[in-house]
Amino acid sequence: MTDPLVIFDLLLALGIVALAIASLSVRDRFAMIVLFIVFGLFSALAWVRLSAPDVALAEAAIGTGVTGALLLKTLHHLRFVESRTAITEAACAPVPLGVLLANAAFCGLITLGLAVAFLGAPSAGPGFDALVAEAMPASGVDHPVTGVLLNFRAYDTLMEVVVLLAAVIAVWQIERGLSDAPAPAMGEVWQGFARLVLPAIVVIGTYLLWVGAEAPGGAFQGGAVLAAVGLLLLLTRAYVPRPEHRGIARGAFVLGTGTFALVALMVAGGGRVAFEYPLDHAKTLILLIEGMVTISIAVTLAALFHGREPVALPKGGRDDT
Amino acid sequence: MTPDLIYGLTGMAVFGIGLVGALCAQDRLRRVLALKLCSVGAAFVLVVGAWREPPGAPDPVPHALVITGIVVMVSATAVALALIRRLQTLEAEDDA
Repeated sequence: MTDPLVIFDLLLALGIVALAIASLSVRDRFAMIVLFIVFGLFSALAWVRLSAPDVALAEAAIGTGVTGALLLKTLHHLRFVESRTAITEAACAPVPLGVLLANAAFCGLITLGLAVAFLGAPSAGPGFDALVAEAMPASGVDHPVTGVLLNFRAYDTLMEVVVLLAAVIAVWQIERGLSDAPAPAMGEVWQGFARLVLPAIVVIGTYLLWVGAEAPGGAFQGGAVLAAVGLLLLLTRAYVPRPEHRGIARGAFVLGTGTFALVALMVAGGGRVAFEYPLDHAKTLILLIEGMVTISIAVTLAALFHGREPVALPKGGRDDT
Repeated sequence: MTPDLIYGLTGMAVFGIGLVGALCAQDRLRRVLALKLCSVGAAFVLVVGAWREPPGAPDPVPHALVITGIVVMVSATAVALALIRRLQTLEAEDDA
């Protein structure tokens, strides 16, 4: 008797593979992005089946939600530029069929080799679960993933926040002086929707951050949900970035990295290894870092969506593009 | 048939599809999306590696690695998309 969940797993796996193929082969680029978003949500569902709710939340919020918004924004910009000039999508010469087939054959061989390695790998070898379970009482939190992210492997997480900071610096530099596509006009329904949904998103994001200490959730998932507030505010034009807000934005970008590094340095100054939080204050310190990192992530993701650094226009008009 | 086998092979397939897309696609936006598919495929394999038979709790270390990977990937995607926007604007200016 087969487990009905195995049938569900098989159908979901088939759906994921089909969506991946469909999103890369569909001609229309808008359909491609929508199919990719559905693909990401299906993957998140698969990770819930593999008992990884934290990863599923992060993928749904950041990997699919924010990435999808970034892709749609870029598509809007590309279509705007294409509409003004004669440039079309397929401006470059098509790749010869032989090259395509050779590439596909090599990719197939690589994938086949990986699959053979995966099937031949020893199953259920000893992982880090025993070590983590043993050290959990010293971490200051009850949820293993949060413990690993903010305590045992805090260097990784610090570097991750630095990568996010580097990305926003790079985007501001790349887009310097770039004229933006006009934002599409949003209807009245949209404004009402935003008014209803914004408070709920703020509560959900803060809840995800708070609950991360003992259950799935945490700074990254909460930050991404709060970034959705920024996206909605930007789209409904309830908030219009102005040049004089740049200082505040820069402060928010470095807030997470700064707090994180400062705590590590202060802990190290007390005669301990960096990130070896004193047990009595571990939870407070972790929550402090997580809170600041959440603010940074939310502002940074919203800034990545907005793209261009807000600058004063030379003609003296409103800078609200 | 256990979930780890099913989803492990799914991850492999998604990685392979992304690889083909990244090498063969013409459109820049599609290439970035294909690379994102590759990263999801790799994440699948890591999550599968962390999975244990139901009574056992999964290994949290690969989970933390995948969450880190997702955030790094969105940063890389944002920079790549900014480069695409810039590149296309420059091409349009050259044409005009």
